[in-house]
Amino acid sequence: MDASDAAAVEVEGLQKNYGKFQALKGVSFSVRPGEVYGLIGPNGAGKTTTLRILATLLQISGGAVRVFGIDVGKKPEEVRKVISYLPEEAGAYKNLTGRQYLEFIARFFAHGDAEHAMVARGLEIVRLDDRIDDKVEEYSKGMMRRLLVGRALMTAPRLAILDELTSGLDVINAQQIRRIVKDEAKAGTTFLVSSHNMLEVELLCDRLSLIHDGVIVETGTPAELKAKHHANNIEEVFMAVAA
Amino acid sequence: MTALTNIIRKELKELLTPSTVVPIVIMALLFGGIGSMMGNVAEQVTAKPIVGVVPMDTGVLANISLSCINQTATLAYNGTSVDAGLQNVSGQSGIAVLYIPANFTASIMSGHHGSLEIYWIMRGAGLLDSISSSTVDGLLARIGQEISAYLIGTGVSLPANIVLSPVARVETTYFHNMVMQGVSPSTLGNVLSSQSLIVPIIIMMIVIMAGSLVISSMGMEKENKTLETLLTLPVGRGSIVAGKLIASAMVGLLMAGIYMIGFSYYMGGLSGSAQVNLAAYGLVITPVDYVLLGVSVFASLFAALALCMVLGTFAKNYKAAQTLTMPITLLAMVPMFMTMFWDYNTLPPAAQAIVFAIPFSHPMMAMRSLMFKDYLFVLAGIGYSLAFAVVMILIAVWIFRTDRLLTGRLMKGKPGSGSRKGIWRLMNLARR
Repeated sequence: MDASDAAAVEVEGLQKNYGKFQALKGVSFSVRPGEVYGLIGPNGAGKTTTLRILATLLQISGGAVRVFGIDVGKKPEEVRKVISYLPEEAGAYKNLTGRQYLEFIARFFAHGDAEHAMVARGLEIVRLDDRIDDKVEEYSKGMMRRLLVGRALMTAPRLAILDELTSGLDVINAQQIRRIVKDEAKAGTTFLVSSHNMLEVELLCDRLSLIHDGVIVETGTPAELKAKHHANNIEEVFMAVAA
Repeated sequence: MTALTNIIRKELKELLTPSTVVPIVIMALLFGGIGSMMGNVAEQVTAKPIVGVVPMDTGVLANISLSCINQTATLAYNGTSVDAGLQNVSGQSGIAVLYIPANFTASIMSGHHGSLEIYWIMRGAGLLDSISSSTVDGLLARIGQEISAYLIGTGVSLPANIVLSPVARVETTYFHNMVMQGVSPSTLGNVLSSQSLIVPIIIMMIVIMAGSLVISSMGMEKENKTLETLLTLPVGRGSIVAGKLIASAMVGLLMAGIYMIGFSYYMGGLSGSAQVNLAAYGLVITPVDYVLLGVSVFASLFAALALCMVLGTFAKNYKAAQTLTMPITLLAMVPMFMTMFWDYNTLPPAAQAIVFAIPFSHPMMAMRSLMFKDYLFVLAGIGYSLAFAVVMILIAVWIFRTDRLLTGRLMKGKPGSGSRKGIWRLMNLARR
């Protein structure tokens, strides 16, 4: 098996145009299996566009993207079987209870006992206790995010793509969710996350890329980047690179 | 600028969007078109009817009748053969041939009603199609009045009922290659309308209800932020489109079924006593016809929902979805009114093309076509509706496979929540 076969995500010269506006101008990076990989950058840098392309939601204008060797542009259906995507602004069907929502999602991936096991796993991640049987429309923002994280991870995806993982969560909820991600990564799931929260990125990611104006400007482990830019934390690295 | 004008400007900007203005403009154009067609009806009412006459009597009362006909109508035929008269009158888009029998004057003068035989050429069974025959009805009433006036003026001793109502009509209607004796076009039109009125109304209800469900479903997916997740699940785009269509069709049919039960009771109450036994002329709906009607309804509903699915992809949220149901409502109302007021065959070619192009029209027209065994027209409608549905589904699936669903308009799109501000900033900078 060569290095290419081993990569969970390979992005080579990725371009994305919205009309005349070029959102991505040749983004390249690769993610190893079991790695928690961060994509950070300012608003409009191209993080969400990159994640949406990997999640098969947007078409590619140029370059190549592969997930576990599967071409995202050519075989999006195959890619969807091995990924799970959590958008920054996501919701659930308001007429369903939390449990019904998890069951609805699980039925796309498994049947019978496997389906029940998947839902049980989701319930374990979500930890909403009795509130899991309340309608989703009654959930707070934190409860909703936990439900969605549970939904994204209960299917045991080979690659989890999480956009602004802890968006809108308080410190306690955010820390719990980061812990879940760490545990899942140890169990073998590969993570690609984007975040504005530099502390979160530093705590969570094995490696990260800084994206700015549609191109990757830095890549490395948090320690490597801090050493390279003589910075105390990733926020200082970010400021140094952005400057 | 005061705070008030500032708020007014903001509200106007939010309210006056293309999605709110365009449907109103379409509606205005539609009413304009219907108004113009109604204008044609008014012309029909005031125009002289084209008739033929076969005067077999040379008596004074026949001459009075002829004089009335000459003054009130345009004469397309004046001869001795009813068949030749029908041919001539039909060729000139006329309405009827009036046959004055040889004993017309003698019969009245001997104290009996004088029979005036009317051979109607009926072209359509819509509510407004009978307008032209009503002008001839007016002419016949005038003949009766003129003869009454003559009888009173001459002081002939006759029973009062004969003097006041000297003419008895003997009517025969030619419609769809059928000869119906003892039936006038207005009577036949009324009976046919009451028989086939319920279908257009039910179809319109189904289309509007199920259609708005599909469009709202798409709007809700976007508003509730569930669409992105749905599109990344291991399920084909075709399955998503089909799932939404089937579920909406089921709910739409259920709703329509409930309405249909209530409405059929309502219609049953209105048309309890039919004036014409249509079965006597072979105008019956057989079980096979009902199956064809069902297939036509299904094909039409399928086409409507597929069109709504395409429209639904434009819905940014629930509010926008509600606005997008307007074109569907209009599209459902146009054929309903058209088929209610006019027969398809009596519409001008442009209107026929419009009605045929709207897939919801076909089940509305199917009931009457099936009654007259015009199977080719019904099957053509079913074929067209299904082809329309397939094309719309393919377009919907194609849209689901593109960025269109998430990014909206390309130049003003919102490619990603994270990059939204940046792109808008860049777009604004570019505009400056």
